[in-house]
Amino acid sequence: MAGKTGETVTGTKRGPATAAGLDGARERRVRTGGIELCVAELGDPSRPTVLLVHGYPDSKEVWSEVARRLADRFHVVLYDVRGHGRSTAPVPLRGGFTLEKLTDDFLAVADAVSPDRPVHLVGHDWGSVQSWEFVTVPRAEGRIASFTSMSGPSLDHFGHWIKSRMTRPTPRRVGQLLGQGAKSWYVYLLHTPVLPELAWRGPLGKRWPRLLERLERVPAGDYPTSSLPSDAAHGAWLYRDNVRSRLARPRADAFAHAPVQLITPTGDAFLSERLYDDLAHWVPDLTRRTLPAKHWVPRTRPDQLAAWIAEFVEANEDPAARAAKPAAAGTVRPAYAERFGGRLVLVTGAASGIGRATTFAFAEAGARVVAVDRDAEGAARTAEMSRLIGAPEAWAETVDVADEQAMEKLAARVASEYGVVDVLVNNAGIGLTGAFLDTTSEEWKRVLDVNLWGVIHGCRVFGAQMAERGQGGHIVNTASAAAFQPSRALPAYSTSKAAVLMLSECLRAELAEQGIGVSAICPGIVNTGITSTARFAGVTDPAEEKRRQQKVSRLYGLRNYPPEKVADAILRAVLRDEAVVPVTPEARGAHLLSRLSPRMLRALARVKPPA
Amino acid sequence: MTSAGTAVTRELTAELRGFRDVQRLAYACAEAVAAQLRPGVTEREAARMQREWLYARGVRDWFHRPFAWFGDRTAFVGFKVPLQFFPTNRRLEPGMPFILDMAPVHRGHTADVGYSGCLGLNPVHDKLLADLREHRELILREVRERRPLREIYQDVDRLMVRQGYANRHRAYPFGVIAHKIDRVKERRWSPTLFGFGTQALKGLASDALHGHREGWSPLWSPYTFSDHPPRPGLWAVEPHLGFRGTGAKFEEILVVTDSRDPEQSAFWLDDDLPHVRRWNEEGTAA
Repeated sequence: MAGKTGETVTGTKRGPATAAGLDGARERRVRTGGIELCVAELGDPSRPTVLLVHGYPDSKEVWSEVARRLADRFHVVLYDVRGHGRSTAPVPLRGGFTLEKLTDDFLAVADAVSPDRPVHLVGHDWGSVQSWEFVTVPRAEGRIASFTSMSGPSLDHFGHWIKSRMTRPTPRRVGQLLGQGAKSWYVYLLHTPVLPELAWRGPLGKRWPRLLERLERVPAGDYPTSSLPSDAAHGAWLYRDNVRSRLARPRADAFAHAPVQLITPTGDAFLSERLYDDLAHWVPDLTRRTLPAKHWVPRTRPDQLAAWIAEFVEANEDPAARAAKPAAAGTVRPAYAERFGGRLVLVTGAASGIGRATTFAFAEAGARVVAVDRDAEGAARTAEMSRLIGAPEAWAETVDVADEQAMEKLAARVASEYGVVDVLVNNAGIGLTGAFLDTTSEEWKRVLDVNLWGVIHGCRVFGAQMAERGQGGHIVNTASAAAFQPSRALPAYSTSKAAVLMLSECLRAELAEQGIGVSAICPGIVNTGITSTARFAGVTDPAEEKRRQQKVSRLYGLRNYPPEKVADAILRAVLRDEAVVPVTPEARGAHLLSRLSPRMLRALARVKPPA
Repeated sequence: MTSAGTAVTRELTAELRGFRDVQRLAYACAEAVAAQLRPGVTEREAARMQREWLYARGVRDWFHRPFAWFGDRTAFVGFKVPLQFFPTNRRLEPGMPFILDMAPVHRGHTADVGYSGCLGLNPVHDKLLADLREHRELILREVRERRPLREIYQDVDRLMVRQGYANRHRAYPFGVIAHKIDRVKERRWSPTLFGFGTQALKGLASDALHGHREGWSPLWSPYTFSDHPPRPGLWAVEPHLGFRGTGAKFEEILVVTDSRDPEQSAFWLDDDLPHVRRWNEEGTAA
């Protein structure tokens, strides 16, 4: 093997020689097993080496966005897999793409770019499939410090996955098999001779960039490269040389010898999430992440990938830092930790009640949180406690959401100091009760300013940032059960919340094509501080107001629906991208009635509340 | 009234020492048992260790038998029925918070103490414990102001909400933050009923009856029957904070007298207790 291990052929080249999107990359050629691999390097070679392996039908340029974001911290290395991009193809093609040969290539590149230290491997699609081979074969042991896998299972694990489902075919397992079977349609096509090559070199190759844009929402630009038709034609042999043999006879000892981070795009059209259900059996040190995106995440979600890769690499470079991670205090649902770990979440009205509970829930899941409130002390307290329960970073910001300029300043500050918000929770709100004819225009103004304009400002300034970044996100607006339950007691409040509900629905329609979800949460009667600060229209005596506040607070206390459950509903809504979420039983009942029998709700609306 | 009051105060001092001694004994037990806790010890074993330690030192009767709560049971997560307070086979793990709660009767004096700790490092637990200090100060201040017990309860509640915590003493029977304790007659046979000493229960019931007639209650709760100024006597005060699966409390005796001097009208029986020492050390360190 040592004889085969690559020697560098060409020295450093710069500028025009390198492919588009990888400006400033140093390029060299590594010769191994009769072919030449084109290897590009970015960043300081004394830093830990991150080796990015591309998939099918791609070349190393698929990583350009991610590589650019990692280059200031790491020694980033990319190479064109044999037969792809500017690497040469084996002759003959048949039998030249086996996983064994791909492993030779990897070892040659790793030895050339990082002879003394193990590399951090990152693979997408077929890059991940072959990296699984590297990380599970003994001869690569000690050469890999960590592996981040996205959208590419190990063929051995896949083989066992199929076998276990065939031997014990429960209905659920059969469903999983059929589901993945349908998603793998292109694999069958690629096994037909000649036709795929003809299609790729002909019409499919020409239309592919447009197809990617339309179906996969891959942003247009210098990707895919002009070598696509030959990449795709050669790459068909990746499937033909490996899939049938490996799936029929999967290795029994395919255990990973390095820590693995698995990033699963939940909208992947080619790979089912269920493929990774048994992965813990094969990987002793497994970290799972999920990302609401389609298959080509290196193009569509480079920021998030770069952040997760960097975090994982650093954790495995310095084992001490990894041990010092604060243990989550409560029992966090793994689905939340996988989805929200390391993401940036901003919550308004975070000094108390639902906002605070939501901030804590995100913090517990490992998100970075920004707690925004008028109450500086309360927001600071929320941020402080968030750090204690697992948020890697937490900040407090004092802003009145009704103040447009303050919100714009906040958005600018957040973007420059903490980054673009991944999840925005517009939660701040105030209560106002009393008959319409008793409500002054001042009171109306204040309620609409906070409850409606606060949400509008939030959606406008942060939604614009999300859309501009173009890497998805989620907006949660706290509406209310009063949004669909009319009431003579809450005209102003209900109006503001109904507006929030409709705003959320409209915004959801508008932002869907950007991959930004919008959810409206309708909690109902929840035991929070909103009752102790609520205003009562027509009540001028402060003592009487106090008495009413106490009375309502007592009633809400007796109902005692905890804000933590609303927080959980919010996280679930983001996870599942739900549109309208009534939370308490009374809110769910009212929501149902509003569709089944609105007249009943109207009758309820006439009930006069006791003073 | 005044002369009778001072007479009572003077008479109490001898007796107070008895209460203080048994409270110290109970805290010594808590510290001794806490020092012996290892990963894998169950709540039942921890409760038995407390019982045996105290039995060896002459405790024969209980206000209530020792409790031990580990992990998220310190915050009473998912507690629906009172039977869930009793020790289970939950095992202690590194980083887990725990609470030891016992109320021994020794030489006729009762104490009721709660000791919070954790096995190894747990920053959340440390924070909760540090934040309990404010509650201890608030309760004493407002009792000295002779505010109705129910209002004090609500102020403690508000402070907890402001701190971001859940009120977990609400889970106790009648949601009490404190209850009266008193002398107990020493009998040769002292049975317990659902973990509570029958002698102590008898005292509590008799207090409840008298209180009902006179408009006060031996239970310090959020309900209207606690809407009265602090009643002279000994109160075992137990604010209990909960935060996402971690709970912390202290429990110690607050002496309430009918003295006109605010300093003398209410005071903590003993300021040399583990949690107070801890706060003082933190204070000097900072």
